[in-house]
Amino acid sequence: MAFEYAPAPESRDVVDIKPSYGLFINGEFAEGSGTPFKTINPASEEKLAEIATATSDDVDRAVQAARKAFGVWSALPGSERAKYIFRIARIIQERARELAVLESLDNGKPIRESRDVDVPLVAAHFFYYAGWADKLEHAGFGRRTTDGHSGAKPLGVAGQVIPWNFPLLMLAWKIAPALACGNTVVLKPAETTPLTALLFAEICQQADLPPGVVNIVTGAGETGAAVVAHPDVNKVAFTGSTEVGRIIARTVAGTDKKLTLELGGKAANIVFEDAAVDQAVEGIVNGIFFNQGHVCCAGSRLLVQESVQDELLAALKRRLGTLRLGDPLDKNTDIGAINSAEQLAKIREMSEIGDSEGAERWSPPCDLPEKGFWFPPTVFTGVAQSHRIAREEIFGPVLSVLTFRTPAEAVEKANNTPYGLSAGVWTEKGSRILWMADRLRAGVVWANTFNKFDPTSPFGGYKESGYGREGGLAGLEAYLDV
Amino acid sequence: MSRLSVRKTYKLFIGGAFPRSESGRSYVVTSAKGEFVANAARASRKDARDAVVAARKAFPGWSGATPYNRGQILYRVAEMLEGRRAQFAEELGGPKKAAAERVDAAVDRLVWYAGWSDKIASVRGAANPVAGPYFNLSTPEPTGVVAVVAPADPLLGLISVIAPVIVTGNTCVVVASENAPLPAITLAEVLATSDLPGGVVNLLTGHQSELAPWLAAHMDVNGLDLGGVEDADLALKCEQEAAENLKRVFRPASEDWSLDPGLSRMTRFLETKTVWHPVGI
Repeated sequence: MAFEYAPAPESRDVVDIKPSYGLFINGEFAEGSGTPFKTINPASEEKLAEIATATSDDVDRAVQAARKAFGVWSALPGSERAKYIFRIARIIQERARELAVLESLDNGKPIRESRDVDVPLVAAHFFYYAGWADKLEHAGFGRRTTDGHSGAKPLGVAGQVIPWNFPLLMLAWKIAPALACGNTVVLKPAETTPLTALLFAEICQQADLPPGVVNIVTGAGETGAAVVAHPDVNKVAFTGSTEVGRIIARTVAGTDKKLTLELGGKAANIVFEDAAVDQAVEGIVNGIFFNQGHVCCAGSRLLVQESVQDELLAALKRRLGTLRLGDPLDKNTDIGAINSAEQLAKIREMSEIGDSEGAERWSPPCDLPEKGFWFPPTVFTGVAQSHRIAREEIFGPVLSVLTFRTPAEAVEKANNTPYGLSAGVWTEKGSRILWMADRLRAGVVWANTFNKFDPTSPFGGYKESGYGREGGLAGLEAYLDV
Repeated sequence: MSRLSVRKTYKLFIGGAFPRSESGRSYVVTSAKGEFVANAARASRKDARDAVVAARKAFPGWSGATPYNRGQILYRVAEMLEGRRAQFAEELGGPKKAAAERVDAAVDRLVWYAGWSDKIASVRGAANPVAGPYFNLSTPEPTGVVAVVAPADPLLGLISVIAPVIVTGNTCVVVASENAPLPAITLAEVLATSDLPGGVVNLLTGHQSELAPWLAAHMDVNGLDLGGVEDADLALKCEQEAAENLKRVFRPASEDWSLDPGLSRMTRFLETKTVWHPVGI
């Protein structure tokens, strides 16, 4: 017999959302020159706040502030930079609950994820890169310069544009290594999820970070384009769609700007017949339904060995029947809201294409709330490699199931994509894991696990999933003149 | 009438507790001018052995903690030390400005080492491209229980020898500076309030010439830092004793604690473990 869960909502009293927010330039909040926009709670469509739009003039002011701060910041001993970044890490830990609730309100992700995954990783990321700030000469990138200094130098002003799926975590991935290496930053959060970045600006103030070291400019695509195109930006870092990544690469072409891109994915989660079925099912669920599938490295293609297809799919469907969709602030919620109406429309369109191309759609019985943007966990079976739902990133809770017979076929199918961000392998045989890992053209391979992240572990893609790595020692390279 | 101060009893620090020496012995600690300051505990052989037992007991938990966790705890030690800067500066004595700078340097050194917890494996580990179908990965691992004879510099020197040993997951038994042992015991109060598990650092005060050879000969000690031994004959004796169970001995030339410490104090007490695994269908 099934038990109903009583609601267990996290209180939103811990957050104090202001009616409107400005830009964060040179250590202070300032008006934006563009038309303000509103950010809403995707679970209720309620307006949360008005947000300033930065025009190219505003972006210019932010870049100038960052340029001016660069002289001071890059001249600080690494040990002093480290202490500022450690402070930021500590304040994030202190304000963890507030950040988690705000993230869930603005983004729609379950509080369980923002509280247990996003925010702890954010603090860990700052903590990790704080420790690099005074150890760069040990990272192996440096050439000894004529003035006797060893260790590579920072690049200057970093222009960073981040997506809406992990707003604060992507901010941490961008800002922590940039500051540790001695750069200053102008960061543009996504239009639909600016609130935690603006709270982060307040955290920079609490940490007494020198003005101009971190600048936050809000706005839509045009603001981001202005950041990327600004002539006094030395480094561009972008996480988002492959489509926009291409535009940015084109913009940056011919300049001396250093570019790193973390783009889309269509990861294969490959399950062999000897895999532990229950563990694999958990991994598949985590792989595609974590964060509503708004994950660039999501395991959106399940490749299952033909001999265990029926057993695995039955177990998977049984498990999906137990997922709880609803209020992101409810501590029992597994699947929250889709981040925006626009994204919901895209997921619906791709799913309809899946239907029309002949794949078979299945979702568990699942009541969707009336207000807000929702999409039920969905599985397509009978998917062929030529289907668009097997080739294109849906960026939602939609899993496409394909089958294979031999390891070689699994490799062939897994690599048959323009993307190459991540992959999963499920088998009890260690040598096969490594054999597969050798052949998978992907930046991260998870074996008997999925969607694991750690600040010490580099993350990034092959092929059209972008270039450059974030995390670990490798993550320093993006922010050093090497 | 001025208030009569309540003086502190300086005891040992073993397994997270502050026992007196089981021997009931103590020795007089004097100021630079020769005035009486305190009676410090004079640790016995039994105390040294108890300290090794405590360090061994703490080793599985501490070496098994995540590097992130160890880094957080060392950073916490720095935070706690920062809060006691004035107390340490006073205990160090001498010109106030110089003493304050030594304390600040000690805090910064802890922060520097705290950051190494989750980086040393990236710098000193390796994926080895062996000529065959094998996955081959080398990672550094802590050596075990390390006995550290601390240098004369009672705080910066002390921090500079303890932090590199424990940040990688070793546990230690430290013989404090014989002439200036009091900052070590005050540091123990910092360690005891920093979420550092009991037994990770154990501090003994007493006669170096007694304690060092006992620890050097102890069969459950895996590493020995003789940096604080200035008597060449004593150092030689300890090194010879250490040969019995092949302790990793670190015997540096005299050090300037204000310089960049480098990695050697960490790497001396690390083992490299290499894992092979076949690659194939």
